[in-house]
Amino acid sequence: MLQQLFFGYYAFMIIILSLLVVTRGNPVHSVMWMLLLFFHIAGLYLFLNAEFIAAIQVIVYAGAILVLFLFVVLLLNLREELSLRQIAGSWPAAFFIVAALFITVTAALGAYVQGPVGSYSIEAIRSETHTKALGRLLYTEYLFPFEIASLILLVAVVGAVVLAKRKLRS
Amino acid sequence: MISSVTSFLASFVGEPMADMILNIVIILIKVAVVIVGTLLHVAYATYWERKVIGHMQLRLGPREVGPFGLLQPFADGVKLFFKEDIIPADADKPIFYLAPVIFFTSALTSLSVLPFFDGFAVANINVGLLFLLAMSSLGAYGIVMSGWSAGSKYSFLGGLRSASQVISYEIAMGLSLVGVMIMAGSLNLTEIVRAQYNYPTGFYAIPQILGFFVFFVAMFAETNRLPFDLPEAESELVAGYFTEYSGFRFAMFFLGEYTGMLIMSSIGTVCFLGGWTLPKFVMEALPFLSELPNFVWIVVFLAKVYVFMFLFYWVRATLPRYRYDQLMNIGWKLLIPLALVNVVFSGTLKIMGWF
Repeated sequence: MLQQLFFGYYAFMIIILSLLVVTRGNPVHSVMWMLLLFFHIAGLYLFLNAEFIAAIQVIVYAGAILVLFLFVVLLLNLREELSLRQIAGSWPAAFFIVAALFITVTAALGAYVQGPVGSYSIEAIRSETHTKALGRLLYTEYLFPFEIASLILLVAVVGAVVLAKRKLRS
Repeated sequence: MISSVTSFLASFVGEPMADMILNIVIILIKVAVVIVGTLLHVAYATYWERKVIGHMQLRLGPREVGPFGLLQPFADGVKLFFKEDIIPADADKPIFYLAPVIFFTSALTSLSVLPFFDGFAVANINVGLLFLLAMSSLGAYGIVMSGWSAGSKYSFLGGLRSASQVISYEIAMGLSLVGVMIMAGSLNLTEIVRAQYNYPTGFYAIPQILGFFVFFVAMFAETNRLPFDLPEAESELVAGYFTEYSGFRFAMFFLGEYTGMLIMSSIGTVCFLGGWTLPKFVMEALPFLSELPNFVWIVVFLAKVYVFMFLFYWVRATLPRYRYDQLMNIGWKLLIPLALVNVVFSGTLKIMGWF
């Protein structure tokens, strides 16, 4: 019962906060609601006993990415930004896509079958600690996908440096 | 005594409920003790700073209020509390109100995971070190939002400077602590201290000298202290991000800054200087020390924290301010590569079994 209540609270708040983020006129206020949203997502991870992911969610998303967002937003001309309309003209297309996606997901929900229980039960993770369990899996069983993900990030870093350098030269 | 309270409560609400209530009460008491203790420390940290810097500059520091000026922090507090709370006409009000609260609460929240002596931490969580990093990055929001919402150029520039500074040095700080995580094999602060106690030197500052150096420099940048106090550089920006704040809202920034210093000092103590423990060889040489009750060891913890605090003041009285491009160069081109080298070294030595 308590679990459902917790989950319900987080799910409800995440939806409300997401709506607040996209509907605010002032982009700085949007960022602040997004910060609160990230904390609720972190709470949801904690609720799943994934303490490492929860901490990383706050450090990486709230602590680094969102501050960079904020940095860019602060340098915008806010007066101009405030006079813009909040809803773009192409909203019917977006609405159609979202509605289609919603129907598909709802239809697929009926076919949901719970998968087999793996070796990492809550008790196993608790005794090993989540960080260790995650690290061990990432560097053994999932090493290849992990390296591919790192390579993609490296490409992004190199790309950013190349773009910045080109601007400097011209 | 606790068991009699439990049985008394259990007669009203049943066994499991009584345990839960008692747990909550104990946690609340711990929280109150930690917060009151910290705020007292903050008050006297300001007094101590003024005394230390005064004497270093051949002055006497505060000495009028109370004996040796000991009541000065309270006089300051009363003054700040009764000042008028001025809000600039151009300010974004909700965010202007919220910014100091975010700054101060994120500093106070960090206190909850610090182990002050064996078995005493408000929350002994498995990812304590990451929690501290998360909270210190949250503090940046208070600074940036206060800079932006005040609607003043000086505040804004201070906020921008602080944001980029805190983000840059956070990376170096996080990486400098990775060596400690590798050696201790845990992110739990209590476990880190215990691992240090069982290590031959008794603290990690010796094998982790590179990590300690990077942490030490990043510590000053993270707390916006001299020589990296560019966000509040008086000669350029009046007071930086809190220029427009007055009265109690300003006091929150002030308290938050000193709490932040205390927390950084505590992280340094826990991760590099062995927390509340003395090295094992000292304990074996003086066996009567292990007879002492647990809570006495908070003295050792605080002594180590005071060493860091004194260094904060000493550096402030000694070094001039860096230029902003120098600050960024130190962060990105010196500290982060050094910290990465330290991670590689620590990992290699760990695999070879030397750590």
